[in-house]
Parts: sequence; C-alpha cells; structure tokens
Amino acid sequence: MKIKLRNPSREVEMHGRRRVKDVLRELDILPGTVLVIRGADLLTADEVVGDGDELEVRPVMSGGSAAS
Amino acid sequence: MKCRKCGAGAVIELRRHNAAFCAPDFQEFFRKQVAEAIRKHKMFTTEEPVLVAVSGGKDSLALWDVLIETGYQTAGLYLDLGIFDYSVESKAKCEAFAASRGEKLIVESVAESVGAGIPEVQKATRRPTCSACGLSKRYLMNRAAVDHGYPVIATGHNLDDEAAVLFGNVLHWQMDPLARQSPALASTHPKLARRVKPLYRLSERETAAYAFLRGIDYIVDECPFAKGATSIAHKQILDRLEEASPGAKHNFLFGFLEKARGAFEGAVPTALNECAICGQVTTGEICAFCKLSDQVKRRRA
Repeated sequence: MKIKLRNPSREVEMHGRRRVKDVLRELDILPGTVLVIRGADLLTADEVVGDGDELEVRPVMSGGSAAS
Repeated sequence: MKCRKCGAGAVIELRRHNAAFCAPDFQEFFRKQVAEAIRKHKMFTTEEPVLVAVSGGKDSLALWDVLIETGYQTAGLYLDLGIFDYSVESKAKCEAFAASRGEKLIVESVAESVGAGIPEVQKATRRPTCSACGLSKRYLMNRAAVDHGYPVIATGHNLDDEAAVLFGNVLHWQMDPLARQSPALASTHPKLARRVKPLYRLSERETAAYAFLRGIDYIVDECPFAKGATSIAHKQILDRLEEASPGAKHNFLFGFLEKARGAFEGAVPTALNECAICGQVTTGEICAFCKLSDQVKRRRA
C-alpha cells in the first residue's frame, strides 16, 4: 500500500495486511496525533488495510502562537 | 470498532471518553461540546454578532462552520500575516469558505498596520517570532472587533492549545497569564471586545476530524515559523502523556479551570489605560503593539 505523509511531504510503501495501529507503530507515529484517511473515509486504529490501499496520514497539530 | 450511540461502524475513537462514533454521531457530539462551552461560560447569544478569527486552518474554520450551522450571526476576520505562500494559501481557503457559506469576511493586513509582514517584524524584534505574531494578532483582532461593532471575538483554540499554554505558564509560574487563562475573557474596558474559545473542550484531533468529515478545505501545512516553537515542544510532551494515560490533557486543563485558576485571579493588578499613541487598551503607557511598530519603523529607516 501507498502511504502519504506530511511535514515534510513524502510517500512510503508497505506490503501485506495489517491494522492501522500497526502501520502507525511501524512509522513511529502516535495514533493521537494524526488522522488516517482512505479516500473519503477516516479509519480507526483497528481497521485492517493492505496492498492496493492508498492512505494519507495527516498530522493534526497546528500552532506556534505562544499565548492565547 | 462500533459507534457508541448507534452501533454502526465507527470512524473515530475518543479514548479519553472511552467512546467511538460514526460520522453523523461524532458531528453531533462535536456540536454538543461547542454548545456546552458556550452555555457554561455564557460566551454569546444568537442575538449578538460574533467575529470569528479565521486562519485557514482546521480549528478556526471548523468553529466558523459549527457556529453558522447552529444559527449564530457571524462574520470572519482574516489577518494577513504576510508569510509568503503560506499566507496566500491560507487567505484563499478563508475566502473560499466564506463565499461557499455566503458569509462576510473582513481582511486586515499586518503589514499595513505594523509597517511590515511577520517575516520582517521577526528581524526587528528580539521576541520569538510566534510571540510577536501572537501579540500582533491579538491587537488587530480586538481593534477590528471594536471598529466593526462586534462585541465578541471567537477564536479556534482547542483543548491541546489550551493545555500546552497552561503547561508553559506553569513551567515558568507566569502569574499574570495564569490568572487570565480562561475559555471566556470578559470585556473589562469599553475598547476591549470579549474573547471566547468555544472549542476548548475538543481536542486537536477532534477538530481535524470534524473539518475533514464536513468537507472543509483547510490548510494542512504548518506555518513555516512554527517549526521549533516552544508551544509545539510542549504539545509533543503532552501527546506522549496522553498516549500513556488517555484524558491526561483534559484533566490537566479542566482541573486548572475548575480548581486552581481562582487562586491566581486577583493576584495581579489589572489597571487598564489607553495607549498614548494608538488609544487601544494596554496595561502600560504605550502598548506592546506600538512598541513593536516603532522597532519595525526604526529598522526600516
């Protein structure tokens, strides 16, 4: 499967079926810091993905502005 | 994973609530959290116009969307920071959103007010870039609200933003910011608009999911100046804590608001004056924004 990552933008390839949480673990990404998107769908951590899938791992962190 | 409400396939798991939701039930959960924030802190009513500060990012556009959907009278305020392509793209996202909803968008330019865009302001001051930018934004937001007749400004600060700010303030025991950190800041001067944060009960991931599910086209890339910002380091530390102990951020922020904040209030005098140069509200004689503008002018001279 193809996985699109951001900040910096890049693409990685993975082979075989596995759960979203395992994909994130292999990429060393905390599940609470990203959305995992397949087409028009958001995927939960227990969803199984595999060859042929195209995923986007989109970070959710924003900001910089110190005080609020 | 199944939706807690209807049993359909879930699209998002909220570990701190020990729940998962399908898309429609998550959006309902999201709107209820915003409604609860507005109710609990008496942020505003449907009778008064609300100025929503929008950056083109997920939080502020999600906030504007939910307020429009709920039936509030809103206009957007976009502050053009002059940060190269980032500002061009983020402004375009705000304009497209406003046009798609038929809402008014007010645009103010930092360069017109302070004399230069943020990239040049950064070179004229010893402040960290995010600090100079934040101070300019707060000043221009308030001035725009007062000039255009909006009694209240709503910003898209979420639970993660607020927990990270609290973490930074506690690390350095910043008494004044601790006294003022609140989801709703009342107007304490005729030239000061009320400031509210209706998303403070929702995490960054929840606002991102809401924006995605609502089909909102927002700017995903970070501001180029945010890289290495202290607040981002604080967020990363809190993310690790949250992973090990779901609900840690929520408990940290809500515990402060409910149990500790009162102890800091009144510890700091809050006499307000009007700035001798611009007439906007400040605690000193000359406001921080005018001092910053002066630094920029001297650098350009």
